[in-house]
This record gives sequence, structure tokens and C-alpha cells, in this order.
Amino acid sequence: MTLNTDLPIQFSRTHRLQWEEAQQKNVILYPEGMVELNQSSAEILKLCDGTRNLAQIVNELEQKFSTSGLTNDINAFLEIALQNGWITQH
Amino acid sequence: MAGLLNTNPTPPRWLLAELTYACPLQCPYCSNPIDYAKYQTELTTDDWKRVLTQARKMGAVQLGFSGGEPLTRQDLAELVKHARDLGYYSNLITSGYGLTEEKIIQLKEAGLDHIQVSIQASSQELNDHIAGTKSFEHKKEVAHLVKKHGYPMVLCVVIHRENIHQMPEILAMAEELGADYLELANTQYYGWAHTNRDLLLPTKAQFEKAEAIAQAFKESVAGKMKIYYVVPDFYEDRPKACMNGWGTTFLTIAPDGVALPCHSARELPGLDCPNVNDYSIEEIWNQSKAFNFFRGHDWMKEPCRSCDEKDKDFGGCHCQAYLLTGDMYNADPVCSKSPHHGVIQEAIDAAAKNSLSDNEKPLVFRNSKNSKLLS
Repeated sequence: MTLNTDLPIQFSRTHRLQWEEAQQKNVILYPEGMVELNQSSAEILKLCDGTRNLAQIVNELEQKFSTSGLTNDINAFLEIALQNGWITQH
Repeated sequence: MAGLLNTNPTPPRWLLAELTYACPLQCPYCSNPIDYAKYQTELTTDDWKRVLTQARKMGAVQLGFSGGEPLTRQDLAELVKHARDLGYYSNLITSGYGLTEEKIIQLKEAGLDHIQVSIQASSQELNDHIAGTKSFEHKKEVAHLVKKHGYPMVLCVVIHRENIHQMPEILAMAEELGADYLELANTQYYGWAHTNRDLLLPTKAQFEKAEAIAQAFKESVAGKMKIYYVVPDFYEDRPKACMNGWGTTFLTIAPDGVALPCHSARELPGLDCPNVNDYSIEEIWNQSKAFNFFRGHDWMKEPCRSCDEKDKDFGGCHCQAYLLTGDMYNADPVCSKSPHHGVIQEAIDAAAKNSLSDNEKPLVFRNSKNSKLLS
């Protein structure tokens, strides 16, 4: 299973992404588990709403943080997210 | 309140809400205490809401509604709604008994995140025998309904000598039911399972064969189904890091409001576990004697005290040390460094001998009658 760069990316319906006040970080919650996210991972996942593909997510984050060259890092993270079932593509 | 003052423990992350000891099933490995029948009182709806609110404020986020059978509580949907409003990720840990499609929809609307259905075996005959209740077909139907209504489906099968030979069929059943997660929980020998150990503990050969089948399956379904495999620690030479460390992560509230650092801790002597009717969750977690009992290293005896693995397993399981050596301060005897390690082999031998005996003793089923008889 590898990321299809053309298709939109959706955060999994069977996981939950939320801000944890006590931990001061975003986490992914799923049966029997929790993953703590750093800020950049959380920013990427928040854009996985089923309307944007890889290029659109990269574009949006590069604009937001006034930077460029994020494609490889974001692609690598989304591959991991896909392997872990945090995101889906249809 | 009395007890040590620990100024800076990590906050609870996981809350197990044992709503009731009532259960229509009679599984002979139930983790509820043997003497559960003497604890008749149950927290009210408002008590539970207060507990959920207080624990959430401290940082608890994973929540299990358990029991007994939590579906016997009429206020379950109300508690689920309260939990969702607070931001918990909540799990219903159920036998499936009494779970209708209407209820599944109602709980989904209330904000329940997932449902963990237990099945006792891959065949109706054995499932119904172990559960002590006719329940197999209904459980399979419930599993389908859970899936149909968009929950992640978690199937839990407790593994022991009576069903370990069914491992291939159990895995096929999980695949057929479309489980997203499969928990293969080798029996942990506390509570009722301790009483029935001679009948439940598999041989090493049985365990190794089943494990090889499960591992091969795990690889074949990677990406589709996640397998949680709970290792039977009697066949390990190092203990498990029980509860991720005492009073570091897990908080269990028993049906009558007693707060426990682990769901078996009620069996340990002299802990004086506090009740949520008397103290706030914050007081209990930070200040109570019970939650501070095995924090840190000061309680340790040898071989744990000087062991370079003490920060890895925290001395293992105190309930196991107590049940098998009579002293909860001892190292978990599963550890090969423990001077009591021989009791593990004795238990394995006793179970094997019993299985070969002509007059194998019968399973003691978990019900109120047996609870009263044994306590």
C-alpha cells in the first residue's frame, strides 16, 4: 500500500484526532491506543479532510508557514500515516 | 488524607470504569475478584459523571466501560454521552449479550467510539459451554451490527487450554466477521482464572503451536487487521511491565467506587484502596496510600532492587507475586531471577498432570453462588 499522489486523502473515520489540553499536544486515538503527535504531523493530518491530495496539502502548508520544499517530508509522513491506518484514500 | 505524599506522579491516561459486577455470562477466567458477590452497591449515575469529569480534567483520555456486563446499566447511554462531551475516546467492553441494533445506534449517537465484543471460542458448543450461557450466534450477529454501524470492530478472544486448539478457526472467524482489531488474550491467572488454572493453563507445546499460527496470520493480514497478542507470561522468563508501572497510567474504578491501580489489586492485602465517594480522583491518584504503594523503587526487595531491568518491568506484577509467593513485595516469580521462579514450573506441571488425570476436576464458573462459596 503506497500513497496515490493524485487522490484526495481522508483522515480515518475509525480514528480520532484531537487536542489534549493536559498533554498540550494533538493525539490520535484508536482502539487500545494513542499516538502523540508533534506540531507538524498534526498540521498535515488536519488537512486530510477528503478534499485535498498531496500537492494541495503541500501547497497549503508551504503558504501557511511561508516556506518551500516540504513535499518529501510530507510525503514520507503520509506514507507512514497510511501504513498505520490513520488516513485513507478512495 | 493518610499516606505518602508523592508530589509529582504522571497523570492517569486510561480509565477503566467497571460499571457493575452483574453479568449474564459465567466465564471461568473472569478478571473480577472471586468475592465480587459481597460488593453489592453500585455508584449512581451522578457519581460516575463526577468520576469521569475529575479523571478527564487530570488527563485521562482512553475510557473503557466494563464490568461485569456494562449493558446491564440502564444509564449507559447517558454516561457515554457525558464521556463524549468531555472528550474521552470511549470503548464498550461487552459480551454482546443483550446488545440490540437499536442500542448500537443509540450508543453511536451518544458518542461511543468503539465496541469490543468477546467471543469465547470458534464453535457454538464450546463458546456456550465456556460462557455458561447460550450466546454464540447472537455474538456473531452483534459483531456484524457493530461493523454495519461504522464502529471499528474489536474482537476479543481469551485463549486457554479448552480453546487453544481452535486457533486456526478463531482467526478465520475474525476474518469472516471483518474484525479491524483482534485481541488474542492468553489467560492471565488472577481472580477466577487463578482458581481454574489447572484446567486453563495450556502446555508449552500447545502455546508454541498456537503462537506460530497466530504470528503467521498476523503477517498475512497486515494493513487489514491489527492483532494484539497478549503473551502468557508463565512461558516467559521476564515479567510484564504490569500496568505500565503502578500508578503511572491506569486507573480502575470498581462498581462500588473503590479506586484501584489495577483491576486485580483488590486481591492485595493492606492497600486500603480509597473510594470515590470519599475522595476526589486527584486526591486518590496523587496522595492515596494505595496509588503510591509501588511507585518508584523504594518498595523493592532483591533481586529487583539491584536489577538493571527494574525500570523496564518495575518488578512485574504484584498480584502475581502475592498469589504465587504469598508476598506482594517479592519479584514477580515469572522472572527467572526470582528465588521463587520454581513455582511457575510447578503450576505448569500441575496443570499438565490434571489434564492427563482420569478424574479431571470441573471448571468453577463465575457466578454469585460460587463467589459466595469461595469467599
